[in-house]
Amino acid sequence: MLRLIVQRLLLLIPLLLGLSVLLFAWVRALPGGPATALLGERATPEAIARINTLYGFDQPIPVQYLKYLTRLLQGDFGVSTRTGRPVLDEFMTRFPATIELTVVALVIAIGIGIPLGYIAARRAGSFIDHSSVVASLIGVTVPVFFLAFILKYIFAVELGWFPSTGRQDPTMVATHPTNFYVLDGLLTGEWDAAWDALVHLILPGIALGSIPLAIVTRMTRAAVSEVQNADYVRTARAKGIKPARLRGEHILRNSMLPVLTTIGLQVGLLLSGAVLTETVFAFAGIGSFLAEAVFNADYPVMQGFVLMIAIVYALVNLLVDVSYGLIDPRLRRQQ
Amino acid sequence: MSANELPLTDGAAAEPLRTSIHGDGPGGEDHAGEGVWARAWRTLRKNPVAITGFVIVAVFVLVALLAPWLAPYGPDELPGRAEIRPTEIPGPSAEYPLGLDRYGGDVLSKLIWGARASLLVGVLSTLFGLVGGMALGLLAGWFGKWVDFGAMRLVDLMLSVPSLLLAVSIAAIAGQTSMSVIVAIAVVQVPIFARLLRGSMLAQRGQDYVLAASALGLSRRSVTMSHVLPNSVGPVIVQATLTLATAVIEAAALSYLGLGGGEPSTAEWGRMLVAAQQELAVAPRLAILPGICIAVTALGFTLVGESLREALDPRNRTRR
Amino acid sequence: MSDTADQKTPGTAPDAAPATAAATAPATAPDTVPDSVPDAVPDSVPDAVPDDVVLRVEDLCVDFRTENGAARAVSNASLTVKRGQTVAIVGESGSGKTTLAMAVLGLLASNGSVAEGHIWFKDEDLGHVSAQRMAQLRGTELGLVPQDPMTNLDPIMRIGQQIDEGLIDNGLRSRRDARTRTVELLDEVGLPDAGRRASQYPHEFSGGMRQRALIAMGLSGRPALLVADEPTSALDVTVQRGILDQLAGLTEDLGTAVLLITHDLGLAAERADVVVVMYHGEIVEQGPARQVLTAPQHEYTKRLMAAAPSLASRRIEIARERGLEDVLDDALLAPGEDAAANGAPDADVLVSVKDVSKVFSIRGSGLLSRSRDFTAVDGVSLDIPRGSTVAVVGESGSGKSTLARMILDIEKPTTGSITFDGGLVGAGGHKDQIAYRRRVQPVFQDPYSSLDPLYSVFRAIEEPLRAHSYGDVAKRRARVEELADQVALSKSQLQRFPAELSGGQRQRVAIARALALSPELVVCDEAVSALDVVVQAQILQLLAGLQEELGLTYLFITHDLAVVRQIADRVLVMQEGRVVEEGTVDTVFDSPATDYTRALLDAIPGRDLELAL
Repeated sequence: MLRLIVQRLLLLIPLLLGLSVLLFAWVRALPGGPATALLGERATPEAIARINTLYGFDQPIPVQYLKYLTRLLQGDFGVSTRTGRPVLDEFMTRFPATIELTVVALVIAIGIGIPLGYIAARRAGSFIDHSSVVASLIGVTVPVFFLAFILKYIFAVELGWFPSTGRQDPTMVATHPTNFYVLDGLLTGEWDAAWDALVHLILPGIALGSIPLAIVTRMTRAAVSEVQNADYVRTARAKGIKPARLRGEHILRNSMLPVLTTIGLQVGLLLSGAVLTETVFAFAGIGSFLAEAVFNADYPVMQGFVLMIAIVYALVNLLVDVSYGLIDPRLRRQQ
Repeated sequence: MSANELPLTDGAAAEPLRTSIHGDGPGGEDHAGEGVWARAWRTLRKNPVAITGFVIVAVFVLVALLAPWLAPYGPDELPGRAEIRPTEIPGPSAEYPLGLDRYGGDVLSKLIWGARASLLVGVLSTLFGLVGGMALGLLAGWFGKWVDFGAMRLVDLMLSVPSLLLAVSIAAIAGQTSMSVIVAIAVVQVPIFARLLRGSMLAQRGQDYVLAASALGLSRRSVTMSHVLPNSVGPVIVQATLTLATAVIEAAALSYLGLGGGEPSTAEWGRMLVAAQQELAVAPRLAILPGICIAVTALGFTLVGESLREALDPRNRTRR
Repeated sequence: MSDTADQKTPGTAPDAAPATAAATAPATAPDTVPDSVPDAVPDSVPDAVPDDVVLRVEDLCVDFRTENGAARAVSNASLTVKRGQTVAIVGESGSGKTTLAMAVLGLLASNGSVAEGHIWFKDEDLGHVSAQRMAQLRGTELGLVPQDPMTNLDPIMRIGQQIDEGLIDNGLRSRRDARTRTVELLDEVGLPDAGRRASQYPHEFSGGMRQRALIAMGLSGRPALLVADEPTSALDVTVQRGILDQLAGLTEDLGTAVLLITHDLGLAAERADVVVVMYHGEIVEQGPARQVLTAPQHEYTKRLMAAAPSLASRRIEIARERGLEDVLDDALLAPGEDAAANGAPDADVLVSVKDVSKVFSIRGSGLLSRSRDFTAVDGVSLDIPRGSTVAVVGESGSGKSTLARMILDIEKPTTGSITFDGGLVGAGGHKDQIAYRRRVQPVFQDPYSSLDPLYSVFRAIEEPLRAHSYGDVAKRRARVEELADQVALSKSQLQRFPAELSGGQRQRVAIARALALSPELVVCDEAVSALDVVVQAQILQLLAGLQEELGLTYLFITHDLAVVRQIADRVLVMQEGRVVEEGTVDTVFDSPATDYTRALLDAIPGRDLELAL
């Protein structure tokens, strides 16, 4: 098990190196050249000259790359051309918001998707089965930001049940030791702050969770359909075991293997979707910040965020692989 | 007694019962001599889901092609410019069946022209992605060894960045043109197609018929071209159909993020949706109409792709 | 007709039932959790009541709902299983034998149902009891030993737990005591070190061990009736016998009635008291095993008997009847068989394999783990005389297929050499390789994957002709039709696609394709293993006929000794990459020199019966 984790971590190194090469090349390919890209379009010639010497843009490419890599290893991801703050700081202050949002979206996707997919497969051909198929088809074809619009319009603008923007009511006085607003509220005992933060998460969470929900439902349905016809399930029935045990221990547990992989892959989708959803709801996470960076051609932010998001994505998939090993003994004891 | 005269099991006599028990496919003799694709096509024609998908796609394509004749106004015309007030955007009327937008454009006309823009982006980006991905996958599947290793690490690398971020990064280099959106979406699809084709080819490589073909003395090229590749493209074609849907959605997402250049009043569904954001409370139809267009188009392609997948699935052909 | 196959009055079943129930009650564990010693359960084998009927199937019809309406998989089947008796249902795939058995267990696929008739088990009609009642009966009164041990155990649950849960849910043991009982059960089926094994997962078990675990599972509730669905057909022959013995011994001790489902007539003959023959969903014949086999009444049974390889003791005669006798005899009687293999290739030897080894390096699963070497073929030598059939037999993993691939020049030997008609194989350039391909052709095992699904039969057979630029279109067409004729495919079938053909037809296509270039050597890698016996016999017949007609040389790779006896002149027995025995078929079969060969021969079901007949 430990071996698997170490192995996967080691595999991360070449991936990240490769990614750093790509991002390095990306900056050089940007319109206006690397110095302009890093300083913004209004940079003075003097500033550009200064940056060129500082970052060694006048030196040979391999030297430049090594310098870039060294800076990355020191945690220097550059400075945002728009806010003037270090990219890493910007990322760290906003990342908790996105984690909260992603977690809510995943909880919705898993909490509804798995039971729904399971029921659909167990009652193949029933109304609920057909509805789940139709719903998951619609789920993947409605653009996330359009769904976000609609939810915002109906439930926030028209009905006023939920707040339409932000992470918390701006008038609310709350302290934020961790920047996870819901958690902060719970930690400090400011219950109303926690509740308010949670309410702000509902609509964006649903919007963001819609595609993963559709995919998890579908995957669960397919996996359960297959597993329930497996030979070992028939054999288990032949043993005369209780239906509850058959469903829980044999069908559901085995079906979860492919679903788990799917969930890992959804995280990439969620991080993409966060860019759009957070923008619609003016939710101050990494997604909306990245979207603003795109609007304002804030290349250091784009470069740094993409790298960091890729790291997060890789770590999540590592986590999924490890938990896969926990469920499936065939992978656990591989020598 | 010679076993040769037995019609008992080795003939067609045994088959009808066997097929009918497992409920697999055709009623015996009617469709004899039918290939895999012909069979898939016949299955599709009977499948209401596929028909729905085809109808949606057909309508979308027709509207896109016939836009100049269908749309009351040109893509850049703003016929109702004079009627727009800061506080008021006129709704549906006899003259403008779906009303005006905040720039004074006819919403109906813009939706029709938007179909053209979406079709162009969808088809071109999928085509480029397909060609690039298949080339990369073929390269990997053909040469194997280090080429394969290198190509697959490149694929891993590209897949390690969430798709939208990759597209955004590429569009950022490619500049503010509609072509850059197409290129960005195409590049995002390349690793997906490449991995799919390679995996599919590897699976076919292991089949006995490929071994038999090599043993017949066919060159590596003929074995790949006439056996491995034709049997591997099924999943790739299914994916391409589904990608048409994704491409339409991603194009809208990139417009939403301000990529792709052009005027904010451009007749393009994603752009219309962005522009409508400010008027959400005043004129929700401005957001809802293009949104529905995107979703329905994507749904059409998805339905076709999914039913194609089902029709080509070998598990649905033999047994069960 | 025997008494068992005779008509039964419907009244008998319910009448006999109370007696049966009473008699079997001690054998099945009581409902309450026993605090008594577990040993008490199997010990009390009751006195068998002579006419004690456990299962009586009456005019059973099973339908499956399909897109094209209901399809009848079993029609009007009637049979009786008495206490302690083993009844075998014999038939080929698709004959409805498994469907019948699953109907008895109430485990039909969801689109299947009992349409007519009754399944009397003791005093209940299993065709019409509630699902709950059926679930109660399974695991206590009814047990199953399924076919494929690789797919019938839950891959992510420990073996012991899979047996525990049955014991617990059927109220046979408490949660606490279940494991002790499970270990006993595993011990009983001959699983060594049962205590430790119980906490392992299925992937840590070999096929034979898994099947033993499944038998333990099937018998864990001490059922009155055990359905054994092809219990060993997925296993190597030497393993099969041990498992069947274990199963037979246990069921005899426990007085369990067994409904044995098999495609193997020999196995049925050897293991069953009563044989029921099914064909196309109907029972065509039944009676005491010996009677059915010695004096088959129904035409189908006769054909099955004629085709059954394990019972046909002599080579297919065609080749010998005609003029080839001299060649064969020369080849067979070549003095000093082993010495000849090492001598210079004489004119009669088509293929000569000399001291060939093949080492594969297996990459470790981890990033940092080193690769290991695996010797698949270890210093093998053999000669194939022209016009003869040489068979290589061995179990899975014996290296026989690797050897075949090296002779086909698909794999290169690590050391040693292969000569074909005097020339070294794999030594020349690309041209030589292509020329070699014309002369040596394979026919593979799986008729479902050996043909390109996108190619019509015509194109499949034509392909080699095209590849080697044989004639023009018209000439190729004529040749394809000639080939089709040789393998007894009709013209209309030429336009079909593989998916539309039966297994036997596909194999005919594969043979036609192999013959297209008029090769000298045909390598048949388990070419008939996937086929039902009757079809298998037809294909072997075809191959023998073609050999005689075209003067072909065959290398037959198989795990099935019975097939060897039918077709081969010489045989090599391989085990773990080495040749352990070699000789003429008669020598090897009549006086095997090694224990391994003897074990293989003993494992052929129905061998004893053959001697007895």
